[in-house]
Amino acid sequence: MKRLRSLTTNVLPPLLFFALVLCAWQAAVSLFGIEPFLLPGPLLVAQAIADNLPRLLSATLLTASGALLGFVLSFAFGFLVALLFSQSRLIERSLYPYAIFLQTMPIVAIAPLIILWIGYGLQGVVAVSFIIALFPVIANTTDGLTRVDPHILDFFALNKANRWQVLFKLRVPGAVPQMLVGARISSGLSVIGAIVGEFFAGYGTEDFGLGYLIILTNGQAKTDYLFACILFCTLLGLGLFTTVGSLSNFLLRRWTGAPE
Amino acid sequence: MESQLVVAAGLNKYFPSGVQALHDLNLEISRGQFVSIVGPSGCGKSTFLRLVAGLDQPTSGELRVEGHDPLGLAFVFQDATLLPWRSVAHNITLPLELRHEDADERVTQTLELVGLTDFADAYPAQLSGGMRMRVSIARALVTRPQILLLDEPFGALDEITRQRLNEELLRLWQEDHWTSLFVTHNVSEAVFLSQRVLVMSARPGRILADIPIPFPYPRSAYLRSAPEFIRIANGISRQLAHADEL
Ligand SMILES: Nc1ncnc2c1ncn2[C@@H]1O[C@H](COP(=O)(O)OP(=O)(O)OP(=O)(O)O)[C@@H](O)[C@H]1O
Ligand SMILES: [Mg+2]
Repeated sequence: MKRLRSLTTNVLPPLLFFALVLCAWQAAVSLFGIEPFLLPGPLLVAQAIADNLPRLLSATLLTASGALLGFVLSFAFGFLVALLFSQSRLIERSLYPYAIFLQTMPIVAIAPLIILWIGYGLQGVVAVSFIIALFPVIANTTDGLTRVDPHILDFFALNKANRWQVLFKLRVPGAVPQMLVGARISSGLSVIGAIVGEFFAGYGTEDFGLGYLIILTNGQAKTDYLFACILFCTLLGLGLFTTVGSLSNFLLRRWTGAPE
Repeated sequence: MESQLVVAAGLNKYFPSGVQALHDLNLEISRGQFVSIVGPSGCGKSTFLRLVAGLDQPTSGELRVEGHDPLGLAFVFQDATLLPWRSVAHNITLPLELRHEDADERVTQTLELVGLTDFADAYPAQLSGGMRMRVSIARALVTRPQILLLDEPFGALDEITRQRLNEELLRLWQEDHWTSLFVTHNVSEAVFLSQRVLVMSARPGRILADIPIPFPYPRSAYLRSAPEFIRIANGISRQLAHADEL
């Protein structure tokens, strides 16, 4: 019952708004006679989706696997880096600027370089996705690992806890909420990374992901198809983001006191 | 003659920032005593407890804590400082776990002692503030400490819960007679619990007065309305107000 109510209050309004926008969009396109290659109406886009569904689905699947791999790698590697940072202020201070550098570097600019070094196909896509998704994991996890209630640290010290006990019984579990914040952000970024990676790394002409499909349809001025690609990119990002979000809510139920 | 468990003589504490927290502090606490410390805000009460616990070092002066082994000592903080990802039982086991000591029986006993058996599997977020503090006290007592340091443990609780936990704390103390060093802002609480109430001066803190509380144990809630109790409490309140002006 409660679920139903939250559905009507949280899901219904944005959906209604979306429907409204679609109507306005279709009306505008028909009314002003806008060329379809400039701005196709939603009906045309729907048609393009129907016509190319298998292709769109397989491309989405491929992009999803690239993004997922990039995300998992960035989470694992970012966690290890944060662990290292939490163990030594010196290491953190020496390396953190480079982590920021990684973040501020325009990924689109260096993607071709990465592809050059790593190679075309999945590995190149995963590499770009990995790099773009890495920083939020490092930043948030480091923050979580180093920000511990000083009284709890006192408590561990009083019980003669050693460094490893402090790390694995206090810092790591205590950092879980922050880690999940990082994971949420980087899950969205990993999809962007995979698409950007595919702009450059592609998969060849047989097998391709959404990024490559975007370049292709854009080149052929198939704007309705391009819109369909953009829609699937968005859905993919949303899907990964909400999956990670629900997973994190589930994992944090002890923190929030939700019934197990 | 009773053995002195804690002896401080001419204790001074400066922080690197230049702040002097304690100035020529002298006191003696006998084994098994229940002693409270009251004093103006920021006068160095917490600093003193941390020194006793060995969490920080005095700048000068002498501080002897009998058999100075942190393992014989437990600390209860103002916040319950429980680990939210651990159940009540696992929070209580934690100190034993850190010391590589066996747990089972002692945890069950301690849970029973503080009346939390039914909540063994609950998580801290599911408990009220008063219950969380009981878990925190259980976590301290599970190691069977010789000295229990409590730094405003009930400061964040409402008056009714505070009084109930006062009575409960006394009951626990009477069973085991650990030495108790209890910091509070609440004069009535200090008088109700203690054999001695120490009044500290404003920062830099030293002991202004050492007031014996003559009431025998067990003490019941009615004691709080006894004229003698109120007289002593008022006296301490006056000293405190005076300390704040110094
Ligand atoms: N680590 C520290 N570094 C510098 N100054 C400190 C430190 N810890 C405490 N102080 C200062 O020392 C003084 C005494 O602090 P302390 O926490 O012992 O007071 P308190 O009596 O416990 O106060 P309260 O009643 O507010 O808990 C305060 O002025 C405080 O700002
Ligand atoms: Mg204090």
